[in-house]
Amino acid sequence: MFVNQFLILAAILFCIGVYGVIARKNGVMVLMAIELILNAVNLNLIAFSMRNGSVDGQTFALFVIAVAAAEVGVGLSLVLLIYRNRRTISLDDLSEMKG
Amino acid sequence: MLIAQNIGFAIIAAVMIVGAIRVVTTSNVVHGALWLVVVLAGAAAQYVLLAAEFVAVTQVLVYIGAVMVLFLFGTMLTRSRIGRDSGLNNTYRKLGIPVALALFAAMAIALVDSFGSEKMPTDGAIVNTQQISDQIFGPYLLPFWALSFVLLAAVIGAIVLARKD
Repeated sequence: MFVNQFLILAAILFCIGVYGVIARKNGVMVLMAIELILNAVNLNLIAFSMRNGSVDGQTFALFVIAVAAAEVGVGLSLVLLIYRNRRTISLDDLSEMKG
Repeated sequence: MLIAQNIGFAIIAAVMIVGAIRVVTTSNVVHGALWLVVVLAGAAAQYVLLAAEFVAVTQVLVYIGAVMVLFLFGTMLTRSRIGRDSGLNNTYRKLGIPVALALFAAMAIALVDSFGSEKMPTDGAIVNTQQISDQIFGPYLLPFWALSFVLLAAVIGAIVLARKD
């Protein structure tokens, strides 16, 4: 197994996630694309953990998983709040901060 | 053994890439969530290939177990249309394709340049769960505490935000 096969797979997932964040308008779908990005990072961390024979990468990956769970919880409650106030979760409609 | 690992990697990687593309292109929110399950399960399988069983199990428990339930609840509570929904994408979504491709090209060049055909160590030290716990409750104890507070703040914040009053 090459080191690069895992890193390039992670890069592909990362870029698909970035495309999703750019292309999606629905708040829930944007959060899903962010999950793809976080998973790509985790894959990198685990691959480097094996390459270096060290535990640190796996520890970091566990921390990333926990932070991602917190992020999804808060993110979805924000989306819920936006829906409750505006009856839509289309991110294009949120333009109050435009000058 | 190595050939079997490589075949396994290729199959799982192909499934993950197809799933990820479906997540960002599907026009059905629930299908998107279910394709995300495929990608997350594939990532867990890759972790097993990389000898990280504990992270793989955590991935299954936390992501496929908890995060997906959150996503489905989010879909349900925001009354997204179950079924085809043409309002999921931005008008300028085509702009995302060159951005993603340029990003991938930059990363691929950097990766090939730095790691070339370096191989994974086959006789590397196997990391077991005990070592991970020694790390978390040893040198990483302070980040672990900080993370506990982050989770607590997220739980309280989610309740405060989503509460009806």
